[in-house]
Amino acid sequence: MGDARLSLPVRKAAITHISSDLATQISMTERFASDVIDGQRLLDLYRRMVLSRTVDERVWMLNRQGKAAIVASAQGHEAAQMGSAAALRAGDDHFYIYYRDLAVLVGLGMTAKQIMLGFQAKAGEPMSGARQFPLHGGYPQLKIVNLSNVVGTQIPQAVGSALACKMRGQNSVTICYFGDGAASVGDCHEGMNFAAIHKLPIIFFCENNKYAISVPLSKQMAVDTIASRAEGYGMKGVVVDGTDVTPVYQATAEAAALARAGGGPTLIEAVVERYLPHTSDDDDSRYRDKDELEEARKHDPLILLKERLMDGGILTEQIYEEYLREAKREVDEATDYVEALPYPDPNDFFEHVYAYQEGESSL
Amino acid sequence: MREEMSRDDRVFVMGEDIGARGGVFLATDGFYEHFGEERVIDTPLAESSIAGIALGAAMNGLRPIAEIEFADFIYPTFNQIIGEAARVRYGSKGSLSVPMVIRAPYGGGVRGGLYHSQSVETFFAHTPGLKVVAPATPYDAKGLLKSSIRDEDPVIFLEHKRTYRLVQGEVPDHEYLVTLGKADVKMEGDDVTVFTYGLMLHHCLEAARQVAREGISVEIVDLRSIRPLDNETILSSAKKTGKVLIVHEDTKALGVGAEVSAIISEQAFEHLDSPIKRVTGPEVPAMPFSPSLEDVFMPDSDRIVTAIQELAVY
Repeated sequence: MGDARLSLPVRKAAITHISSDLATQISMTERFASDVIDGQRLLDLYRRMVLSRTVDERVWMLNRQGKAAIVASAQGHEAAQMGSAAALRAGDDHFYIYYRDLAVLVGLGMTAKQIMLGFQAKAGEPMSGARQFPLHGGYPQLKIVNLSNVVGTQIPQAVGSALACKMRGQNSVTICYFGDGAASVGDCHEGMNFAAIHKLPIIFFCENNKYAISVPLSKQMAVDTIASRAEGYGMKGVVVDGTDVTPVYQATAEAAALARAGGGPTLIEAVVERYLPHTSDDDDSRYRDKDELEEARKHDPLILLKERLMDGGILTEQIYEEYLREAKREVDEATDYVEALPYPDPNDFFEHVYAYQEGESSL
Repeated sequence: MREEMSRDDRVFVMGEDIGARGGVFLATDGFYEHFGEERVIDTPLAESSIAGIALGAAMNGLRPIAEIEFADFIYPTFNQIIGEAARVRYGSKGSLSVPMVIRAPYGGGVRGGLYHSQSVETFFAHTPGLKVVAPATPYDAKGLLKSSIRDEDPVIFLEHKRTYRLVQGEVPDHEYLVTLGKADVKMEGDDVTVFTYGLMLHHCLEAARQVAREGISVEIVDLRSIRPLDNETILSSAKKTGKVLIVHEDTKALGVGAEVSAIISEQAFEHLDSPIKRVTGPEVPAMPFSPSLEDVFMPDSDRIVTAIQELAVY
């Protein structure tokens, strides 16, 4: 296959730019799609999406077995997460993620073992030492920050990160992930406003799965899109089909280029599906229609990309089977490995409250 | 601040009206001209993001000093400071840190009414992961502020508004630091110890001078740091005199005085010759506006004198 470019069809209106200069929405042409991401890269993203989905399904199962206390599933969000992460520079750009961003971590190269340590709260968990919920804490090697369960809190912090990049003369971009629920939080407004005023190198990436736990979009906002708010801040707004990795990649790459060139922030709204309840503690049958979920399943980002790659002759049934086998092997191995590990040693319970012990001089 | 910004280009200031205006209390007067708008950032009127943006910048290698215009406006930042900044180091198992200072003018006696008079130290001092500092003299203010800026953890730096104009004192031009977490014995004495901080230090000193004429020798300990508290100095002074008065402007219940009292009760009970007393603000939600009402709230040297006299004869 080499670096063979792939001419992949992009669904009509997969990307909608909402320019701050224009009151009307402009549908983009399809011309960018095959220019921005080649077949080999797409195939690699697909392999990672399979791994992410496999981890996701496993930890959900472990939760049902009583072995993972809490799971927020990324199933349905993978193309948005993977496509955006792939368009940025791992290790150089800053990633402020939120609790549902499993596929961002897999996309950036974290392993099933590293991730599953968090779900089972075991010793050696790399982001918080299992002090926090899964996927939370910090991972400086990849400049990943995910502190809070208070929705939207990370938005001003990510803006502060972008401010620091600008002040330090770094060419790094900060991407700030959040859900549609977080778009209602005051910190979201305050952060976006500041970032736009100072033209900071940041991408606001909203994964709109149309539910804030149980509250549907119609009860969260009176406008059609979250991205339309960008105009009110004086920044670029984009709506993309978040079940399709290509337009997500393209929109993120464009936003990153704009940010690096000093053009300021972009608000990307990736419309996605949430296949499972909000978390393993939620019961979505109380508020979600079965038919709606079935319809959503038809837009599974994994199926969509698989079909596309097969149509393009990049993915074969044989490679597909191999990806599934490899993902299962990695996740099986991680499950056994993590299962055998102890919980963290309570002896370091008091470590890292302060840089120095109380009373000790820090100067 | 000016010295620290000249010394370390990672240090910058942000807040409302701190640019051309130089801050409502002129704390950053001339900074805008000297350091430029890149390092003296006038923010929109949005306190939560002032704290949140400072926090993000601190995690990414800078040393922000964020000013909250009045401590009364700090409540929108609670989540970013208590829920976030305090937990970053612990919640990342040491991989992230927040070398950030939040400065906030606080306190009453300035006709500030319900929204420009409050003491907020207890809310923050309750939270492990934060440091809380409240200087009472110009000398301490400079040394503690420099230490706070150089500290690796988030510091809430509280400046009593009344001390801005009321209190004058020597401030050396040369470089010096005052260590965080160390109390200072501002007056030595043998009969009664008074623990205090902020504006109240000056009322306590006045009261001590008054009772000295009656032959009562008062030791005054300026706590300076509310978190961490200097347990060593607190205990040694309490043991020395055996009689303890705690004075603060903040309200009484579950306040700083309660903690100081508990430390002494737990670790120096047998050295006490009397019950511990407190002179504090009264149990109303906030300080009222009219002078006659404000006077009821503010502890003054007369009330402190009475409390010292009661302890002395106990």
